[in-house]
Amino acid sequence: MSPVVAAGRRPLPVGLTRSRKTKDRVFTFFLLVCVALALIPLVVIAVFVIVRGTGAINTNFFTKLPPGPLDARHTGGISNAIVGSGMIVWLAVVISVPLGMATAVYLSEYGRGRIATIVRFTANTLLATPSIIAGLVIAATVVTWTHSFSAYAGSLALSILMWPVVTRATEEVLRLVPQDLREGALALGVPRWKVVLKIVIPTAGSGIVTGVMLAISRGLGETAAILLTALGNSFMNTAYGRPTSTITLDIYTWARQPQATLQELAWGGAITLMTTVLVLSITARIVSIRRQRRLA
Amino acid sequence: MVGVTVTTGILLVGVLGVVLAVLATGGASTFSKFGLGFLTSTRWDPPHQEFGALPFVFGTLVTSFVALALSVPVAVGLAVLLNEPISMRITGPLATFIDVLAAIPSVVFGLVGLFVIAPWLEQHVEPVLHTVVGWIPVVGSLFPVLARNEQGRIVGAGGDYFVAGVVLAIMILPIVTALSREVVATVPRELREGAKALGATRYEMVRLAVLPYSAQGIAGAAFLGLGRALGETIAVSMVIGGGSSLGASLFAPGQSIASAIASQFNGATNPLQRSSLLALGVILVALSFGLAALSKWFVGRGMRRMDVSSADPVDPGPTQQVTAEAA
Repeated sequence: MSPVVAAGRRPLPVGLTRSRKTKDRVFTFFLLVCVALALIPLVVIAVFVIVRGTGAINTNFFTKLPPGPLDARHTGGISNAIVGSGMIVWLAVVISVPLGMATAVYLSEYGRGRIATIVRFTANTLLATPSIIAGLVIAATVVTWTHSFSAYAGSLALSILMWPVVTRATEEVLRLVPQDLREGALALGVPRWKVVLKIVIPTAGSGIVTGVMLAISRGLGETAAILLTALGNSFMNTAYGRPTSTITLDIYTWARQPQATLQELAWGGAITLMTTVLVLSITARIVSIRRQRRLA
Repeated sequence: MVGVTVTTGILLVGVLGVVLAVLATGGASTFSKFGLGFLTSTRWDPPHQEFGALPFVFGTLVTSFVALALSVPVAVGLAVLLNEPISMRITGPLATFIDVLAAIPSVVFGLVGLFVIAPWLEQHVEPVLHTVVGWIPVVGSLFPVLARNEQGRIVGAGGDYFVAGVVLAIMILPIVTALSREVVATVPRELREGAKALGATRYEMVRLAVLPYSAQGIAGAAFLGLGRALGETIAVSMVIGGGSSLGASLFAPGQSIASAIASQFNGATNPLQRSSLLALGVILVALSFGLAALSKWFVGRGMRRMDVSSADPVDPGPTQQVTAEAA
């Protein structure tokens, strides 16, 4: 039995030689190392955020304002940032969800031809746009024209980022709605717009909710775009026209202060943010699992 | 209904148009004043009205490539493992854990990067890297010896290009893994099973059947990760150290394009500096759109190649090599 010679390759050894076995073992070891390298950062992040974050959490954290420069010995709270995050993300949802859903309906129900191709390409392009760009553009326009950083501007910047997220997610679930349903309704004489509103969207309902929650998580976790538009504020602010802080901005700001009490605020903000995002994504997951069960 | 929805579609296109127009008109005075010199000048000096983008472009590229070099091998390993049928009980939770990593907001990566990862890398990893590769000519100068204080502790700058690269590597790992996993999943089953049946070990199956088939798709995944890394702002600006000069090594503090925009735009009062920051935005957008397109092209090509070659009997592809190896 002579070793087979493939074109341009040296003869290969016959049988399961020791070197082949060793290579396979080394490779298996490499795969395990990959698993470890993926899990270690996650564990480190979780442990530090939980340990240092829970240390910072108390009732003051949710009800008080950050300490001023002269009383850094007292740990305050980030109540203003929690309110600010709520305000900015709420307005961004009000703007981007209807627009995003309408765009998705267009793409999945009517979208054929050149316009649809351009719209779909635009949505994908905006998804690939770095978030700082959205902030930069709003800062160079809205913030410059109004001569003020504002929660409005923050919401607008977030809307640019959330709109394509909602569109992409909604389009995907709308496409999963069986074609038979649409055709059945159309055959009964139901007008097209009514089919979309009364049949397609309700059927896709929970899937759309998942997409919206995804967009909210994205908005809550965004920092760069908000830094250039809403700036931040160490006082309580409920006016949309004024500079406003968010949880992410507070983490960014306080993390870089030398005082340990202020850094503690950053860790508290991190655990608040992570818990919120986690609850949102678990809810989204439960909703979509229920939906799959119902469809099955 | 058509009218309303198509209007929103066109509005979305308008938004992208406005974004590009604002960047282009805003950056115009910088481009007309410095021309291409804006890209090649290393001097970013606002008080003297001198603006060159090179330090930031360098920072962006160097951190992104460190991130890519560290995360792609791990992502490919995970993609291979997640497609192995041996261990469903492991792969399910593993995929979930990686998804969770993707859901962490970037400012939290920045926070943990600043307080945990940066000090650890500066004290323990960078000196080791210097000892291991610092002696090599040319390449070694990227890994210089680090300054120590009287107690023998290394004086860290609170971040540098290398730290930013490592943090970015962690951040892009989920997306690169997810796409590589999809690509590896498209390798025809007959090929994997054929290799196994011919007596190939798992390594040989991956090396000779899986990787040659998914190489282009994996390149696409890498470009997607690179695009993400280029645009990442907050986490990078927290761990890259800062400063406006061109760092001479991986262990030097610097700025990336995105972190320079984030840290300077709010305080930029003179028009030329604002214009230069918008011009940096133009460069960033061009880089990230270019990479997104490149990624799509590679993934698409990889997929198409698979269809063609599995149907083509005379293709001198990986099948023959597997036969040879196992014979």
